[in-house]
Amino acid sequence: MSELDLQNKKVAPFASSETIDGQIATLNLGPTHPATHGIFQNVLQIDGERILSAEQTIGYIHRAFEKLAEHRPYNQITPITDRLNYCSSPINNMGWHMTVEKLIGAEMPKRVDYMRVIVMELARIADHLVCNSVIGVDTGALTGFTYMFQEREKIYDIYEEICGARLTTNVGRIGGFDRDFNKTFITKLRTFLKEFPKNHDEFGALLERNRIFMDRTIGAGPISAERALNYSFAGPNLRAAGVDYDVRVMKPYSSYEDFDFNIPVGNDGDTYDRFMVRQLEIKESLKIIHQALENLPEGDYHADIPSFYLPPKEEVYSSMEALIYHFKIVMGETPIPKGEVYHSVEGGNGELGYYLVSDGGRNPYRLHFRRPCFIYYQAYPEMIKGSLLSDAILTMSSMNVIAGELDA
Amino acid sequence: MSEFASTIKETLLTRFPDASYELDAYQEHNFFLSVGNVHKVIEWLQGEGFNFLTDLTGSHYPDKEGAQFQVVYHIHHLSQNLRLRLKVDLAESSIEIPTITDLYAAANWMERETFDFFGIQFVGHPNLTRILNVDDMDYHPMLKAYALEDETRTDKDDTFFGR
Repeated sequence: MSELDLQNKKVAPFASSETIDGQIATLNLGPTHPATHGIFQNVLQIDGERILSAEQTIGYIHRAFEKLAEHRPYNQITPITDRLNYCSSPINNMGWHMTVEKLIGAEMPKRVDYMRVIVMELARIADHLVCNSVIGVDTGALTGFTYMFQEREKIYDIYEEICGARLTTNVGRIGGFDRDFNKTFITKLRTFLKEFPKNHDEFGALLERNRIFMDRTIGAGPISAERALNYSFAGPNLRAAGVDYDVRVMKPYSSYEDFDFNIPVGNDGDTYDRFMVRQLEIKESLKIIHQALENLPEGDYHADIPSFYLPPKEEVYSSMEALIYHFKIVMGETPIPKGEVYHSVEGGNGELGYYLVSDGGRNPYRLHFRRPCFIYYQAYPEMIKGSLLSDAILTMSSMNVIAGELDA
Repeated sequence: MSEFASTIKETLLTRFPDASYELDAYQEHNFFLSVGNVHKVIEWLQGEGFNFLTDLTGSHYPDKEGAQFQVVYHIHHLSQNLRLRLKVDLAESSIEIPTITDLYAAANWMERETFDFFGIQFVGHPNLTRILNVDDMDYHPMLKAYALEDETRTDKDDTFFGR
């Protein structure tokens, strides 16, 4: 239909900035809406299906983590970090452990570093799988979602072998792990590494070059590299815009410098690029896990820091020293040095930072979480302005906004 | 310290004489700025290539006379991979500090969060309202004066460990 025909029918062309009879509607997207995958509210001003402006309301699941952290001993803060980005809890847990280790100046054995890398990369795969399969769902492709959630279940089964938990893992301790990898863990991990790439490729084949999927996602919710940097984007969303910033490379922690992997980057920062960057990152994570597993060093699974790392239970009952350490750790009476550290890890969504101020007391004096979601979600209105409502939903799911991390 | 870091340090301290510098025990670069020059310093640093605002937050030190509040900026030069921490002390009597939302779009919510939890006023902020807490809250919960639990409770008293 030509534009002239449209005018004859007194209907403005779909893409026009003119309003239909000057009517602008206000639409409440959320707080609880199936398409938002979490509790966010967006008040949209829409003209037909085109978005004129958006205003977010956040804080629906704010749980005062920073205040809570000021009232808890260091080892009791790990369960709080679980609930930030609950799609990749192990990364949050270990980021926190590494922050405290940096503060107390503890050196980890290589084995701990490699074990952490394996678990963190599994978490990254799980996180990216959720995001990517949900992008599929929002474009109408439910099949990939069901297949990839089976794979995510397998990752959760692997978590279970290390820490007994699945979602809010609370994995590891300050100073390493509470136990070594067991045989079942290794078997399950090896089976996963063998089977997952095939299934993931199948998922990729469903969507990556699918014309409908490409038409839906290419050009949806784009952001330029310059704006993304100005908005302090991080992680896959920043890399999709073409900036190769990755904390694992820029400031390697937990021996990431030992591994050979690439950082995939996109061009346009649109939904398709974000999807593709995550797809490729999953493959890179697998590469890292392979390397870490093959070269897993012998040694202890925890550092030798008796005043922070709980002694084995049988020693607690038989040796005086162990009993004292056990008591002090459990009661939170371990002396902590004064100081300030900022430590960041590459979370599922980008630079997850911990700014910790210690005054020497049993609790942190101040703990601030740099939550990547919170920081980049504010660019959302700019990214969806002028786009269609359906694209806005895709943009949100491709940004992987996790309510827990957003609201802390 | 890298060559770039020392150049930045020297230039910053000459251009802004009331700033001071400390390399802390964790090899992190700390600059102490005043309310008067914080915006100018950050604007200059942004011009030098510090294009990534990693973090912006506040802390409360009720016992520090004349510096009860502190605003902490973490900024990052991505291509030189240099991180700086900038600190500005604020007295309780005037907790106002210029906004940097005109320099970094990311500062918008970070400043709102800091206002929400500490009550620090960012002058010139386009929309300085509460962000995570409810709008009708009449206090700033991260201040040290507010205990986590109701202090009048007696059922949780423990003679030895204070809980």
